[in-house]
Amino acid sequence: MQGGWLIVVASIAYLGVLFAIAHYGDRRADAGRSIISRPSVYALSLAVYCSTWTYYGSVGRAAASGIGFLPVYLGPTLMMSLGWFVLLKMIRIAKTNRLTSIADFIAARYGKSQLLGGLVTVIAVIGTIPYIALQLKAVSESFTLLLHYPEILMPARGEALPWIRDSAFYVALILAAFTILFGTRHLDATERHEGMVAAIAFESVVKLLAFTAVGLFVTFGIYDGFGDIFTRARALPALARLLSLGGPSGSASGWFALTLLSMMSTLLLPRQFHIAVVENVDENHLRRAVWLFPLYLLLINLFVLPIALGGLLYFGVGGGDADTFVLTLPMATHHPGLALLVFIGGLSAAAGMVIVETIALSTMVCNDLVMPLLLRLRWLGLTLRADLSRLLLSIRRLAIVAILLLGYSYFRAAGEAYALVSIGLISFAAVAQFAPVMIGALYWKGGTRAGALAGLFAGFAVWTYTLLLPSFAKSGWLPAGFIEHGLFGVALLKPEQLFGLTGLDEIAHCLFWSMLANLGAYLGVSLARAPNAIEARQATLFVDVFRLTQASVGAGLWRGRARVEELLPLLARFLGPERAQAALAQYADSRGVAKVALLQADADLVHYAEHLLAGAIGSASARVMIASVVEEEPLGIDEVLNILDEAHQVRAYSHQLEQQSQELSAATAELRAANLRLTELDRLKDDFIATVTHELRTPLTSIRAFSEMLFDDPRIDLADRRRFLGIILAETERLTRLINQVLDLAKIESGTAKWACTEVDLREVVAASVEATGQLFKARGVALEVALPATLPSVVADRDRLIQVMMNLLSNAVKFCAAEVGRVTVAIRREPDYLWVDVVDNGPGIRREEQILIFEKFRQGGDSAVSGKPQGTGLGLPISRQIIEHFGGSLTVDSDPEQGRIGARFSFSLPLAAGAMPT
Amino acid sequence: MNRSRLTGSRLIAIFLLGCVLLNYPLLPLFGGSAVIFGMPLLYAYVFAVWAGLIALMAIVIERSG
Repeated sequence: MQGGWLIVVASIAYLGVLFAIAHYGDRRADAGRSIISRPSVYALSLAVYCSTWTYYGSVGRAAASGIGFLPVYLGPTLMMSLGWFVLLKMIRIAKTNRLTSIADFIAARYGKSQLLGGLVTVIAVIGTIPYIALQLKAVSESFTLLLHYPEILMPARGEALPWIRDSAFYVALILAAFTILFGTRHLDATERHEGMVAAIAFESVVKLLAFTAVGLFVTFGIYDGFGDIFTRARALPALARLLSLGGPSGSASGWFALTLLSMMSTLLLPRQFHIAVVENVDENHLRRAVWLFPLYLLLINLFVLPIALGGLLYFGVGGGDADTFVLTLPMATHHPGLALLVFIGGLSAAAGMVIVETIALSTMVCNDLVMPLLLRLRWLGLTLRADLSRLLLSIRRLAIVAILLLGYSYFRAAGEAYALVSIGLISFAAVAQFAPVMIGALYWKGGTRAGALAGLFAGFAVWTYTLLLPSFAKSGWLPAGFIEHGLFGVALLKPEQLFGLTGLDEIAHCLFWSMLANLGAYLGVSLARAPNAIEARQATLFVDVFRLTQASVGAGLWRGRARVEELLPLLARFLGPERAQAALAQYADSRGVAKVALLQADADLVHYAEHLLAGAIGSASARVMIASVVEEEPLGIDEVLNILDEAHQVRAYSHQLEQQSQELSAATAELRAANLRLTELDRLKDDFIATVTHELRTPLTSIRAFSEMLFDDPRIDLADRRRFLGIILAETERLTRLINQVLDLAKIESGTAKWACTEVDLREVVAASVEATGQLFKARGVALEVALPATLPSVVADRDRLIQVMMNLLSNAVKFCAAEVGRVTVAIRREPDYLWVDVVDNGPGIRREEQILIFEKFRQGGDSAVSGKPQGTGLGLPISRQIIEHFGGSLTVDSDPEQGRIGARFSFSLPLAAGAMPT
Repeated sequence: MNRSRLTGSRLIAIFLLGCVLLNYPLLPLFGGSAVIFGMPLLYAYVFAVWAGLIALMAIVIERSG
């Protein structure tokens, strides 16, 4: 293309558009009307995961290994389904503790260790540099290609231009400039860059559209749809191999390693951590991102294979660098406009990745590496400087430039030897080293600072030896001998077959050994010693983040003296005087204190100040700075554990309280029921007393009436007197009987009755009763028949009580039989376990509805028509039933006058005495 | 709370399902040279499972309110 300037102008214009969006986003954010407070924007910004690796590299990977390009996108999909737990927890922890980078996160968890923060930063920077080099390589290659349009001039391998003529160098500089513009215009205590996030979301849309445009063009423009491409590919053996598993697509271990690596990278790459955790505005946005981000990945991968196959078909196998097919296909078919769009899309992908990655890295370098070192150098007098916020910004800007130049150096050193994806995987393996300490930070309270240091160091060392150094060696930067023959010629130390391990590809090999060393050291060293006070505290703050409120633990774990006059200048030094003043004023306002000067420098305020500082210079440095102006009394491990215990106990108490209140309400319900029952019983008792007094009054009235007549009239003749006295006597007897029976019933019911239980022969009981009531029968002229078996087993019962029951039944029977024609039969039946005594009469019978009533107290059966005035007390049957039931039997009545049956049959049963022999 | 715990359990189930379906030893069962609708079976399978997982995740999480 003659218009080299056109490409440059278009590129700068596009970056300018991105910057304009960022600027607009920042202004809206300052005005309080954020444009990124939408879940879709958050999901799209996560797509910064797709860099030029995806944009150019996937096609190259697919052309070489078929489906082997996909695990890198399946991993994030799987990870996001766990994102609901893992990512949410990371976001919550980072927010409550104001953590602004992955180094800060890990350092804070393991006791706010500056050393650990520094180590994480070093690993992140060194590990990510190949990845940045990848972007530079992709952009400069695509630029060079486009520049020579319509010729397709593949960049010559191994023949490097001097850096002054190397487009990659300028790409690095331009990207550095834009990153500085995006990320370090001012210092933010939360490290939030809303505008940048908006730009990244936009950039994600652009690269997806551009890539899909090429995909559609290749599939439907050059070829005739998917089917056409696949049919043509199957015709060529070299291409057909790419369509199935096995061979070039890699082994099971390789597939597994790539999936695992990409899962970890989804959260642990500095830029992913930054976008997903630090820039998260609202935890609820995660909902959408969980499925929208994987959907984005699926869409951007749809056309990878068609483009790869299309390129291979078009240029022939080995006819061109497959990493550039996305660009060279439109060029070769003479579509300069589409080619320019592709270039812009690639630039977009690279810019997004580089901007976010270097901003995240520069924050780490500044907060966790440079500042701690500078603050230690007392001769610089930094601790005395009034305003360090400008210095912080300068350090970050320098760090951005340095990181990009390092990326460029790596590109010059090793970039040519590798395909894009292979370079990227080196970085993935590096950040995977954070996984054990990160997972431990979220879920394990036993991890210690020493353990984390040991794990990271061991993993990083193995990664360097098995992956990074070989990449240098393969590009001729190091002697290749140590790959071929091992270090010092020791075959066991061959970096790609360490200790003789073969059969794995280099990534899986490195992953296995580095994870083994990393996890082993982390766990081993952590378990060697119990966590100290600050480690235990931070562990609780992290692991229990959903259960603790910051106030309950954070400030509670600090004891000491401080003065506002010292805290304010400290904050002003790092945040700038206005921001510090504003932050403290806001704090005073929330506490209801009128002026900052009146604030009490208590634990809460110190904690708040440390938080503010942590946002600006990292939690480890913040702690050191706060400690410099505050007289802190160190807390012992016991005290920390006590305070944590208290927090736990408070939770336990509240749980207990809840439980108790539940029990209480259950008890209340029980009491209410009991009360209801008591009221009912009380009513029954009142009824009973009313009935009893009524029953008592009837005979009393008649006694009184006859006595009065006798008393008032002395002239009543003797016969009448005798008759009256006879009635009085009878009524008195009835009264006595009634009272005895009431007492009897009360005794039985209250369980205080005395039972003299012996083995009883029922025949004898019947005989005795019959004899006792014989006079009654004679008097009324009622016939009595007794049919008793010859032998009968005995029962255990109280003989007198049984006679009482028998006599009650007999007297009832005789009472209701008609005189002279009446007939009563007594019989004893035998059943396997019971003896039955039947008393049958030929009286009027008892109607069905009365059959229940007669067993109730003071209810008497029978029509007065037959029997006249009731003669009993109404307590005989109830008492009899109580007695029989006490012995384990039952008292029933069988009668059916409605059906024309004559008479009634009363029966009671008694259980046979265990092992009773017939007598 | 119960409801969000259920959502969580469902997401874990989706994760495990994805791990099994998109990995060895199940993957090679679809790794031959068979063709379905003009597409290689392997790609059709992987993309179908992938899309299915995303759809499941979307349904589970958007329904959880």
